[in-house]
Amino acid sequence: MEILNAAVALLNYVIIPATSYAAQLSLGALGVTLVYGILRFSNFAHGDTMAFGTAITILFTWLLQSFGMTAGPLPTALIALPIGIAATSALLLLTDRAVYRFHRKTKAPPVRLVIVSMGVMFVMNGLTRFIIGVKERNFADGDRFIINAAQFRHLTGLHEGLAIRSTTAITVVVAIVVVGLLFWFLNNTWTGKAMRAFSDNEDLSLLSGVNPEYVVKVTWLIVAALATIAGVLYGLDKAFKPFTYFQMLLPIFAASVVGGLGNPLGAIGGGIVIAFSEVSLTYAWRKVFSYLLPEQFLPHGIAQLVSIDYKYAISFIILVVVLLFKPTGLFSGRSL
Amino acid sequence: MTAPLLVGDQMTGGYGHTTILNGCSIALAQGEIAVIVGPNGAGKSTAMKALFGMLTLRSGSVHFEGEDITSLSPEERVSCGMAFVPQTQNIFTTMSVEENLEMGAYRRREGLGETMSQIFSLFPVLKEKRSQKAGELSGGQRQQVAVGRALMTRPKLLMLDEPTAGVSPIVMDELFDRIIEVARSGISILMVEQNARQALMIADKAYVLVQGANRYTDTGQALLADPEVRKTFLGG
Repeated sequence: MEILNAAVALLNYVIIPATSYAAQLSLGALGVTLVYGILRFSNFAHGDTMAFGTAITILFTWLLQSFGMTAGPLPTALIALPIGIAATSALLLLTDRAVYRFHRKTKAPPVRLVIVSMGVMFVMNGLTRFIIGVKERNFADGDRFIINAAQFRHLTGLHEGLAIRSTTAITVVVAIVVVGLLFWFLNNTWTGKAMRAFSDNEDLSLLSGVNPEYVVKVTWLIVAALATIAGVLYGLDKAFKPFTYFQMLLPIFAASVVGGLGNPLGAIGGGIVIAFSEVSLTYAWRKVFSYLLPEQFLPHGIAQLVSIDYKYAISFIILVVVLLFKPTGLFSGRSL
Repeated sequence: MTAPLLVGDQMTGGYGHTTILNGCSIALAQGEIAVIVGPNGAGKSTAMKALFGMLTLRSGSVHFEGEDITSLSPEERVSCGMAFVPQTQNIFTTMSVEENLEMGAYRRREGLGETMSQIFSLFPVLKEKRSQKAGELSGGQRQQVAVGRALMTRPKLLMLDEPTAGVSPIVMDELFDRIIEVARSGISILMVEQNARQALMIADKAYVLVQGANRYTDTGQALLADPEVRKTFLGG
């Protein structure tokens, strides 16, 4: 019984939150890794791309809500999501046309493109704040829980409760569907194969007749969709605040580097590693221990390894360690 | 003598300020095997690049099937019916053998299956390893993938830059056999080779380049028989 209680507590406070966080990070990291693989630079504007897409989605969610339109038990934001993706696609294509294309044509070294993307980041940063403001917004509606703690206790008779929020379930399901679609696209369509070929060996792909501008355009469209979906899922699960999305850049980059930049499978693996490290290191383990250890062995404190204030330090340390010892990442992407 | 398929006339050019090609001329006819041999630094690979549009010429011209293609990009030359297998990085290492071949047909997708089965019958080992990643194959097999990818564009002319570099002698013989087989199917072949003796044996036409200019031009057999060529370039 005690072991079951411990397992439920572990599920409730570590595994479930980390899984949904991993799903969000993976989607973000996939966007970063695609840009790196195809356009060959680390896109610092990715966090703010997510923020922009989410902001537009929120605006349309409010509009739909004001018409009395909802998605019933599901969040209304899911209906508004395609509009957010469309707006973000337009923004990214415009940015590429106005900014990145010039540097691509002049064969700029990657470091210049990184700096350029930081400039784009600041512009998008301001744009998002201009559109929706700096405040924290909650836009989740529909059913809050699939099962809540009280129901779970009543159902199982366990002392420990388990709550599964609907946003968590939606996050995981949507992420799995999106990742599945992305991999199907990359492995089974001519355009997807052209993208992989271009990423693998640019010169040879040109000799095979791949049009680089087309590949770049498709990449931005996919990145817009991934970024908006990741941003909206994160916002539904937690809350939307432009500054938080900017900060997300660090765990997202850590996830894509840990997995191996340029490798889509690595982005998912990296997302899982980062999310589980962050959640398990900042969790106060006393509760789980209290079910497993006899009274006299229980730690005096709350058994939290790292304060939640330092959660970004965890991504940072993992990032540094991976870059020091295995710069190509766990799944062997291209070295930085 | 039929009209030449490809003519590079008096090509001069190089990288930056250095001149590598000094009025080098290369020509070959339909169905011929032509080889370019010469000492290191003679500009063999550069001549290939010039013919394929990867090097801007300072003077001279390139004609393909009678058309002036001097100003066309490499991609446009692929559409004209030229295919090029670079010496290194000539496959997509993270993609399967089959996907590598498919990428060759990216622009001409009709009849994909037919062309691919032709290539599988030419290189049976590729059929066996069709779903394996190309980067996991041996050196000789990689070269077969590279040649196969180029053949998927259904070219009239196949250009090979040192196809046998870094493969074992047995694999080299096999590759030469395959190249002859490709030529028999009516595809012209132009290649740069380190293994001059073997290359000359299969060549209908051979060019010995020295310092970016033609030194000897003749049939492969004639050059093999030429005592001066033997002494200078084939080690006696």
